[in-house]
Amino acid sequence: MNALGDIVESYVLLSSLIFMIGGVGFLVRRNVLVQLMSIELMLNSVNLLLVAFNRVHGDAMTGNMFAFFIIAVAAAEVAVGLAIVLSYYRLKSTVYTDEADLLRH
Amino acid sequence: MSAGIILFVVCAIACLAGALITVAAQNPIRGAMGLLTTIFGIAGLFLKLRAEFLTAIQLIVYAGAVVVLFVFVLMLLGPDARAPARAGRSGASRALGGALFVITSVLGMLSLASQHRQHPLGPVAPDHGSVEAVGRAMFGPGIFAFELVTALLIVAVIGAIAVARGRQGSVRKKSTVRAPRDLFAGPPRTRAAARRLGSEGAE
Repeated sequence: MNALGDIVESYVLLSSLIFMIGGVGFLVRRNVLVQLMSIELMLNSVNLLLVAFNRVHGDAMTGNMFAFFIIAVAAAEVAVGLAIVLSYYRLKSTVYTDEADLLRH
Repeated sequence: MSAGIILFVVCAIACLAGALITVAAQNPIRGAMGLLTTIFGIAGLFLKLRAEFLTAIQLIVYAGAVVVLFVFVLMLLGPDARAPARAGRSGASRALGGALFVITSVLGMLSLASQHRQHPLGPVAPDHGSVEAVGRAMFGPGIFAFELVTALLIVAVIGAIAVARGRQGSVRKKSTVRAPRDLFAGPPRTRAAARRLGSEGAE
């Protein structure tokens, strides 16, 4: 631990922790909005990992480019996801996923 | 304690605290603020990793657009967004899934930490992560993906508008809004239900 922010392993561990928290939030919470925020957490942790590895292999900018595309896809995903949440709320008057049981059985 | 280590520690604590608040907060608006904290922390880490372009993009797109969109939807839904859920019928399976995920992640992190490897970040070119360098990569080898992303964003915007607007034109009466389950429940079971469906089909 002589160089906390100067080795790539510290970023890998931090990114894994954020990904874990996001994944648990997605699996455990029942509020659709919180689940969408958890997905954002996971995407952010992957971005951090890509940029950290790009910093180690610094001769190309591929990691930065990938992170940029992930940010763009995340923005699109959030727009469509929130539209679906609004439509679902109009149908069911709730934002809890337990009520979305049309295809159950 | 150099300034770099202090920046890393502060940003890491902000990231983790924000992530925990996002997941654990009962009020989703607090969760959105936690997400904002995480985003700022990750932007700081991007700065430490010398990705200045991505720092700006992260702040503009996430803090400026995504979190604001979340807050807009939370305000649109009002108190229903944090109304207490009904008694869950899937609590045990949720807890099991979350526990399995935590166990797997912790095992992975422990196996990484037990190897005691240390890859230093090392020196990079002076223009690493600048707009010019990322732009050269993006408009060189990544030009096809870039064009695809523009198409994706247009489709997402149109799709979001189409989904969120719903059915326009006819204001539906309250009585005609049925449970969607009735639409897919097979043939009508009673004569009255058959008549009701038939009369609505004729409308």
